[in-house]
Amino acid sequence: MKLENPIDDCQVSCAEKDGNDLLLSISGSLSLPNLLSVKSRFQSIMSERNPGKITLDLADITYVDSAGVLSLLQLELNAARKSIPVYFVNVSAEARNIMDLIDRSTVLDKSTPVEKNELTPFEQVGEASLKVAEDFTSITIFLGDLLLALSQALLHPAGIRWKDFFFYVKRAGVDGLPIVALLSFLLGLIIAFMSSLQLKQFGANVYVASLVGFGMVRELGPILTAIIIAGRSGSAFAAEIGTMKVNEEVDALVTMGFNPTRFLALPKVLAAMLVVPILTLYSDVFGILGGLMVGVMGFDLTAFSYLQQTVKSIDIFDVVTSLVKSVLFAVLIAGIGCQRGFRVKGGAESVGLYTTSAVVAGLFLIIIADSLFAIILYYVH
Amino acid sequence: MKPGTRSIIDVDNLTASYGENVIFRDVSFQVFKGEILVILGGSGCGKSTLLKHMFGLNRPASGRVLINGIDVSTNDENELAHLRRNIGVLFQSGALFGSMTLAENVSLPLETYTDLPLEMIERIVRMKLSLVGLAGYENYLPSELSGGMKKRAGLARAMALDPTVLFFDEPSAGLDPITSAGLDNLMKKINRGLGTTMVVVTHELDSIFSIADRVIMLDKDSKSIIATGDPRDLKESSQDPRVRNFFLRNPEGK
Ligand SMILES: Nc1ncnc2c1ncn2[C@@H]1O[C@H](COP(=O)(O)OP(=O)(O)O)[C@@H](O)[C@H]1O
Ligand SMILES: [Mg+2]
Repeated sequence: MKLENPIDDCQVSCAEKDGNDLLLSISGSLSLPNLLSVKSRFQSIMSERNPGKITLDLADITYVDSAGVLSLLQLELNAARKSIPVYFVNVSAEARNIMDLIDRSTVLDKSTPVEKNELTPFEQVGEASLKVAEDFTSITIFLGDLLLALSQALLHPAGIRWKDFFFYVKRAGVDGLPIVALLSFLLGLIIAFMSSLQLKQFGANVYVASLVGFGMVRELGPILTAIIIAGRSGSAFAAEIGTMKVNEEVDALVTMGFNPTRFLALPKVLAAMLVVPILTLYSDVFGILGGLMVGVMGFDLTAFSYLQQTVKSIDIFDVVTSLVKSVLFAVLIAGIGCQRGFRVKGGAESVGLYTTSAVVAGLFLIIIADSLFAIILYYVH
Repeated sequence: MKPGTRSIIDVDNLTASYGENVIFRDVSFQVFKGEILVILGGSGCGKSTLLKHMFGLNRPASGRVLINGIDVSTNDENELAHLRRNIGVLFQSGALFGSMTLAENVSLPLETYTDLPLEMIERIVRMKLSLVGLAGYENYLPSELSGGMKKRAGLARAMALDPTVLFFDEPSAGLDPITSAGLDNLMKKINRGLGTTMVVVTHELDSIFSIADRVIMLDKDSKSIIATGDPRDLKESSQDPRVRNFFLRNPEGK
């Protein structure tokens, strides 16, 4: 929506006095909405008439604002460049006041302030490398801080902020259950369906149960849960701490003698360490239920034989290692979320940047950790 | 320019509430063209609420606010555009957009609401920034400025469209006395120079005496205006103990 044309617009009438002396009378409202028309009128008069001297009569101006006065000063400056003197007559008190207010030298001189210098590609590479190094140091420091806080918490459980802990257990855990359950169920369903298409050819339908059970417990349950938690809670942790950073709440904590890692990050990380394994178990169960539905409804297996086959295929060692793995995922997701939050500086934009980065880095770390785990387990087993 | 007697804002039987909680009831007063009106009152008595109603951020529970004869809670697009062009608001911490430079902050309303060419907008931006004493800071980000500079930059942005009324919510909060006095002077300079009407919420007695042409005082318990007038007169001769206590910095009831 542009400024509407005001009811009173601005007229510039032009009369020659003796010779090439020009008398310009301005009437109406010399203000921001009229600026463009006034300015082009001035320009056309200057180029058409080529005056030797300009007198501006401001008697009939009904309203003037700073943008309007600026246009007059601009005219004066342009004329001065061509050595044409400009005189103002009948200047109202309002216009005079505004003219006094405007500092002509800073407003009208051409020299624009220095741009902040752009970096050369070489410097950009350097800058980026420094940033990676800095990131790495800060993550390492944070991790050390966090481990210290964790071990202290184990020694003195009374020092943990239990209220916050339970709050995040509810936020990250209980509130996340429906989406974990739904996605796991659908995943189980899809795996069962896809694998049965192949297994049917060999009449080995019952092994659908093994595939779903084994796959969910070993890999898919922990990974799916971790991904959901990274998106739901890792981002929330980063945004929350980041906003506190912007509001100087984190600084306030430090000055009051609190350790921000222990105060803000620890309850979140502990809560994640509790709920992610539990959610992983739920994910396994709902995945198996999804498979069961396909097995029972699509391939005439009985629920009993399906479950029996499932139990046969899962080894207790697998369950335990998957839970250990999910605890590790929890530490990574919650830790990186908090760490990104603490990195926020500046304003809202920075919060957005680090929230995104919390999720991306979280997912990256999950994949790396999962691969390492797979390799280690291969040799251990 | 001497403040006129033509009213530019009419507050008409305004009642404000958050849900069931009525903040003040049936408040009526006028703001005259070219004056600086200061709204006083203890913390939590509804000064910010009143201000938000005056520039149309909050909708009144009953009553209305007219600026230049236009109801601030109108839904008419043309009237709204006219209103927006005519009012500017300086928020407490400046409310500058952190991702934009000062020049971009100030030029945003100009680019949105006018068709002016870039070169002219740049010039206007430069003028506004130099008006508030920030010439040369065009390419700074808000995070690179001190508190006082942020407020001044916020003022430059509020003035981008040459509004006829400016609203300030506690402009000197969080500033040192010198910076705060500087801001007072700047406000007075702009008021006298551009003839801009100003409505200011402030607690600072020094500020009140240096800038206010007139004050109105809100009271939490009676949920209404308890005093109107020149602050010097009120301090000298008000019969109301609540008003005198405020000016004499007496805690309530002593
Ligand atoms: N957004 C809001 N929602 C509910 N109550 C509010 C809101 N803003 C302010 N209030 C209440 O309105 C009252 C007046 O607040 P405010 O106008 O901010 O006071 P002041 O600016 O005079 O200190 C206070 O009691 C406050 O709790
Ligand atoms: Mg307030």
